Amino acid sequence: MEDARPQQPFADNIKPPRTSVGVIGWLKANLFNSWFNSLLTLLVLFLFYKTIPPFVRWAFIDSLWMSTGKECLAADGACWSIIPANLRFILFGFYPYEEQWRPAIAIAMLVSLLIYSQYRRNWKKSLFYIWIGGLVVMGILMRGGLLGLTSIETSKWGGLPLTLLLSVFGLTAAYPLGIVLALGRQSRLPAIRSLCVVYIELIRGVPLISLLFMSSVVFPLFLPEGVSVNAILRAQVAIILFTAAYIAEVVRGGLQGMSKGQYEAAEAIGLNYVQTMRLIILPQALKIVIPPSVSILISAFKDTSLVVIIALYDLLKTTQSILGDPRWMGFSAEAYIFVAMIYFVCCFYMSNFSRKLERELDTGL
Amino acid sequence: MAPNETPLSGTEAPSKASFWYDPKVRGVLYQIGALLTVGLLAYYLMSNTLANLERQAIATGFGFLEKQASFEIGESLISYTAADTYFKALLVGALNTLLVSFIGVVITIILGTFIGIARLSTNWLVSRMAAIYIEVFQDIPVLLQLFFWYAFFYEMLPGPRQALNPMAGVFLCNRGLIFGVPAAHPAWQYMAIAFLAGCVAVYFIRRWARRRQDQTGQILPTGRVGAALLIGLPLITWWLAGAPTAMNIPALKGFNFKGGVSVSPEFAALLLGLVLYTAAFVAEVVRAGIQSVSKGQTEAAMSIGLRPGQVLNLVILPQALRVIIPPLTSQMLNLTKNSSLAVAIGYPDFVSVAGTAINQTGQAIEGVALIMMVYLIFSLSTSAFMNWYNKKMKLVER
Repeated sequence: MEDARPQQPFADNIKPPRTSVGVIGWLKANLFNSWFNSLLTLLVLFLFYKTIPPFVRWAFIDSLWMSTGKECLAADGACWSIIPANLRFILFGFYPYEEQWRPAIAIAMLVSLLIYSQYRRNWKKSLFYIWIGGLVVMGILMRGGLLGLTSIETSKWGGLPLTLLLSVFGLTAAYPLGIVLALGRQSRLPAIRSLCVVYIELIRGVPLISLLFMSSVVFPLFLPEGVSVNAILRAQVAIILFTAAYIAEVVRGGLQGMSKGQYEAAEAIGLNYVQTMRLIILPQALKIVIPPSVSILISAFKDTSLVVIIALYDLLKTTQSILGDPRWMGFSAEAYIFVAMIYFVCCFYMSNFSRKLERELDTGL
Repeated sequence: MAPNETPLSGTEAPSKASFWYDPKVRGVLYQIGALLTVGLLAYYLMSNTLANLERQAIATGFGFLEKQASFEIGESLISYTAADTYFKALLVGALNTLLVSFIGVVITIILGTFIGIARLSTNWLVSRMAAIYIEVFQDIPVLLQLFFWYAFFYEMLPGPRQALNPMAGVFLCNRGLIFGVPAAHPAWQYMAIAFLAGCVAVYFIRRWARRRQDQTGQILPTGRVGAALLIGLPLITWWLAGAPTAMNIPALKGFNFKGGVSVSPEFAALLLGLVLYTAAFVAEVVRAGIQSVSKGQTEAAMSIGLRPGQVLNLVILPQALRVIIPPLTSQMLNLTKNSSLAVAIGYPDFVSVAGTAINQTGQAIEGVALIMMVYLIFSLSTSAFMNWYNKKMKLVER
């Protein structure tokens, strides 16, 4: 059939029409390819015209960056001054001012550990030990009382370190529990299976806030007289118990993705249950569920903001208490936009990582 | 133990395995162990709790529900005063939760579908804008968004005297959103009845039309007939009832608006925050659902002569909905659960009323148990519906 076509000797020399390549071609193909799309494009451009110039004027041209709250009241634009003036309180809360280099180093360590772990070539057994060591060092840095560091009560912890602590520890501690729950839910033993199902469905059916309420008002009643657990640890336990149920469901997805042949093969070579799970099933199942696990990390990170409601000073609460200060009252938009940007950058980075990972791991199976 | 030393364990009688190595016995023992552990833990916590409650002289049981609540609630669907019981106060809270969840779910589905479709638009600008919206609103904690919108109403909007007036009869100020509604007239009730009657009629007409199509092959344009019934019946009723056109427009009197319907800033902020946050997730669900139906399906449907409307209704939607509905329900459930964050911005939802009750009576266990129970009822009934739906929609394979 190819040969039957009429020959076009000069086809190579004829350039495509100017309206189908380059900028004009792109515009035509992507913005004005039908009357409806042209209308939409014009509508969006009109909306831009209406909203972007006033926003730019508010946020950049008329804004103040280094001033007092009083000067801001007179200005028309945004009062970004609220951020530099209160940055250290927003980031570190009531942590003693002179010691704030410690949480700063701890955050830097955590972030570099996270960045180091995102490369798959670093996924070795040593990574596990690096994490354990890193977390211990971070704990010592924050808590003090060793190596000549002054001891800082956990009630003084606040701001970004608290947010990161609650989410990272929440996920690391919840993961083993979640795996156990998922295995329990798949178990052949009816009592164990129903215990796990009840736990998972109960936790997933209620809002996190009810568990946080429980940790703050009910949990103290559970303890024998004279024993008390500090508020941060109680909230942390609530977050761990909550996250574990969601992890269990994700891991169950991975377990169900395993073919029956894997179990049979393991049985055939004489492995017992623990060996089958540890050596055959979990290494494969957990690999499948890495991307959804990152999504759980993202929502755990966002959900830690709920501790505001039980009056822990996380990143959001420190910002709010700045806004209660009469000198800075009325600049909520600026402060909230700043905090939103911190959350956005972290979550966006993680979700991009998750998507990248999903693409990479996809070829493996 | 090397595997090749026990090659016959499966084929020989299992009674040969010693008592402790019998999988059945072990299974029973494991289960007894697990139940005992859970039971002992529960017993330990219970005994501590009872001792603590006795020491602090806190009453137990749900008797407090009968007592007088003696606190006011800002917004209520039913008449409520501080003299009413705790039970009624909690009922008011539960109704408020239901109200905000219901309205939120309806708006979220509409907005989310819209953005999900925009994300797939061939218009580069529109699709980029939708992508940015999804990414930004997904990645900011919903509580922060609620605080932002709450501050937006209280700090950034002007007072009633300088209220923004984006449309005739609609006012936006720091007292909330106030808009005009048609003045009270019996015609509106009749119209609602007519609409319901229309729905019932459409249901039966569709059934009849399907049966007729199965028997004779003739197709009745049920879509057009249904639309005519649903719009026409209420319109005729309206006209018969005297065609009332009077409006109840809010007007500035003194320091606040009189007349019309007003939505409190708390409710508006809660609704706005929840809808904008959840719509980002719904948009992703809708996009994935639409993309899951391959292009060949559309082409095949067209090639057997279906009209575009039929292609959508009979081929695309049934397949896309099968993918969309399960994650969509879980998003709706998330919205309902997130509505409990109302407590942070002072809207009297169930959690917030229960929180007040806990503070007043000290009966934390009962209060938290009530909160969990109410949300569990929502979740379990939704998942029961989901199971039913999944069974109904399951692909029937040959």
